[in-house]
Amino acid sequence: MSEQPDVTPAAKRKANATPEPADTSAKDVWTLFEVFIRSRRGLSHNHVGSVHAPDATMALQNARDLYTRRQEGVSIWVIPSAEITASSPDEKDSYFDPAADKIYRHPTFYDVPEGVQM
Amino acid sequence: MSPISTSDIIATDRFDYVIRLADDCLIYSHRLAEWSTWSPQLEEDLALTNIALDLLGQARLLLTYAGDIEGEGNSEDDLAYLREEQDFRCCLLVEHPMEHEFGDEMARLFYFSAYTVPLWEALSESRDSRLVEIADKSLKEARYHLEHAVDWVIRLGDGTEESHQRMQAGLENMWPDVGELFLSDQLTERMVRAGVGADPARLREVWDGTVSDVVTRATLQLPTAPHREGTGRRGVHSEHLGYLLAEMQYIHRLHPGARW
Repeated sequence: MSEQPDVTPAAKRKANATPEPADTSAKDVWTLFEVFIRSRRGLSHNHVGSVHAPDATMALQNARDLYTRRQEGVSIWVIPSAEITASSPDEKDSYFDPAADKIYRHPTFYDVPEGVQM
Repeated sequence: MSPISTSDIIATDRFDYVIRLADDCLIYSHRLAEWSTWSPQLEEDLALTNIALDLLGQARLLLTYAGDIEGEGNSEDDLAYLREEQDFRCCLLVEHPMEHEFGDEMARLFYFSAYTVPLWEALSESRDSRLVEIADKSLKEARYHLEHAVDWVIRLGDGTEESHQRMQAGLENMWPDVGELFLSDQLTERMVRAGVGADPARLREVWDGTVSDVVTRATLQLPTAPHREGTGRRGVHSEHLGYLLAEMQYIHRLHPGARW
């Protein structure tokens, strides 16, 4: 049986309190975000670096201040670094080598018979 | 009172009005730049110095315009570096030195930007075409400055016990000098009648709405202390401005006419 949570501002502030210093990760209360920018002439967002911020909205502002000073872009994406799942360098061989000897996957492998409209 | 035609505005009035805007931007730009290497995080360091550069850009446009109005061949540099303290017309709010208290600075940036947004909005409809150009550019920057300050006021206010107290203290500390932003004197009245200047009372209305809305969302209290009498518009400044100008003007005065 749960109690009604106390949501007065003062109670919220208590709940917001940073953890005790014994927890060393508490010093890094700002999350790391990866920044992707699409340039004016580009079609896709490219990774340009990272920023620290308390939350996503401020990450967007920080990215704007840090990565678009010289008109680098017109659109910014930020994503918490922890949300990114990346392939491991150790698995590089098993992930990518098998595609190397399967040339039939490229359209150029095939001859177009005469008379066929492309 | 009948409207004044734009051509009847005497040049000194127009100069005085523009120099008030210019000095606010110039001095506040200098104060924000003092946060360089002192901000709580690297990202905030970049943000505050970017805002300082925005304000410096606005100051340059306004000082150049003031020099043109004055018609005595003074450039933006001459006006920035060679005027005496009593010839500056900035408000007292922007003179407070940077004292490493982030809550105070966010309160000042919040109060100031909540004033400059409606100010530039009003001036983008001024009968003075040069002010309209400057206003159109400055408004975009001011909106960003306000957004930045509001984000921090809300996060710090609606944060931990400590951040809440320090943000509230910031609001209280900067409150007394807010009144001067909306000072209505003979100059502002003449400029409003001529359709050139912004009406301080209207600006205050918008400002009140913005500020009380954000303060509520931040779970903070609107200060109730009385406003201090503002003397900056008359050239009577706080003790801080002298030190600021001594630092800012020193090199230029030491090497007059130097080229880099």
